[in-house]
Amino acid sequence: MTRPVLIIGASMGGLRVAESLRRSGYAGPIVAIGEEVHPPYNRPPLSKEVLAADVNHEAVAFPLGDAVADVEWILGRKVNRVDLENQIVTDDLGVEHHYEALIIATGLRPRRVDLPGMPKKGTHVIRSLDDAIALRAEISEGTRVVVYGAGFIGCEVAATAKKLGAHVTVIGKGPVPLLRPLGLELARDIQSRQEAQGVNFFMGSTITKVTGGDRVESVLLDSGVELYTQVLIEAIGSEPNLELLHDNDVDLDGGVGADTSLRVLKQDGTPWENVYVVGDVARFPIPQFCDYSRRVEHWNIPTEMARKVGKEVALQLSGDADAFAEELAKPFAPIPSFWSDQFDVSLLAYGLIDQADDIQLLEGEAGGDCVYGYYKRGDLVGVCGVGMRSKVMGYRSQVGLTRP
Amino acid sequence: MIKINVDMEKCQHYGQCVFEAPNVFKLNDDDKLEYHATADDSERDNVQAAIDVCPMQAIFIVD
Repeated sequence: MTRPVLIIGASMGGLRVAESLRRSGYAGPIVAIGEEVHPPYNRPPLSKEVLAADVNHEAVAFPLGDAVADVEWILGRKVNRVDLENQIVTDDLGVEHHYEALIIATGLRPRRVDLPGMPKKGTHVIRSLDDAIALRAEISEGTRVVVYGAGFIGCEVAATAKKLGAHVTVIGKGPVPLLRPLGLELARDIQSRQEAQGVNFFMGSTITKVTGGDRVESVLLDSGVELYTQVLIEAIGSEPNLELLHDNDVDLDGGVGADTSLRVLKQDGTPWENVYVVGDVARFPIPQFCDYSRRVEHWNIPTEMARKVGKEVALQLSGDADAFAEELAKPFAPIPSFWSDQFDVSLLAYGLIDQADDIQLLEGEAGGDCVYGYYKRGDLVGVCGVGMRSKVMGYRSQVGLTRP
Repeated sequence: MIKINVDMEKCQHYGQCVFEAPNVFKLNDDDKLEYHATADDSERDNVQAAIDVCPMQAIFIVD
């Protein structure tokens, strides 16, 4: 029997690889193993629409088109061990899966608050659909909600919970929310807009203690302030799911290390010939924006990676060595993009803003609809707009270093 | 010919589709999405790419 292309991870990245394999002409077996019981679905609505309304999987599910009708989905199953040398993947039932080519698309998991005696009830994260549904059930008019973490997820959840009538307080380490992804000026503006809607902020703060037995009752800040709350949402970032690759010769320094064609790297920097990585878990070179390999947790990245990896694997398995070599030689060069909606603020950005050493207002007026440009050594490396979509889009082709 | 439908209840005018299929989708002067409801078969791959990158998953090919 022909060994399949095996995809570990059945979320957006896994689905898009399967689709890309088929569109690139691969007709052999594809198996995808996913930890969640749900078929692939779209995560951005989890902090917004899913939380705001009672919706189910159907509302956020990706359509599974004819192209992927014959993919074997093994869901609700965790991969415990990968043996790259012998090409064997072992799941949590002890079943061994062999493969011709392997795609790592294991994604991230939310970082949890690491304090002794954390109550089990009332403490939440948002990464999966089940997380969002569980949180939704605890928020209503008048609920006291503390959001720990002032990044995009934290700020979006705060806005959604406020719209549901909750009393919302955001606690963040930095001086302002969203500092790293937006820069100081725009971040300050977003904070004032959130405050105008009634969201409270305790910035420059960390939680030192969470009280309550079975259920959360309050959080203590390092300043000594105690906030009583019924719900604590932990939005303090994510960690890559790498454990399954331990015991293999793989570069796992803060993500699955990849080369410019998204093949998984060994510790000596040479690639595994038939192992690829897709999605948030990948640490890859992106020289048009920065001089080191990194992860980029933006929604458009997995889809773009999957297009390339699907094509590469299809060519590799077709036996057309020249075409495969040609595709491998084309470096993966995405333009990262993100968007975020909080109350009436709608952000759209291109590039890698966290690389900037200088920020300039390009269009409009600070505090209103506007576009900021983010520069590194004089080159535009990012652009972010509040509203003004067409203007933002007009800058997309200009972002990137002129001397990578 | 392919038929294209955008669920305008879902669409948030992010414009990601415009880069994938510029002959089919555009943002107008008010930053709202406009699109051709039909397109030549040669646009199918581009429209499929636009479907994939739509953050709201609001675009459909009606066969």
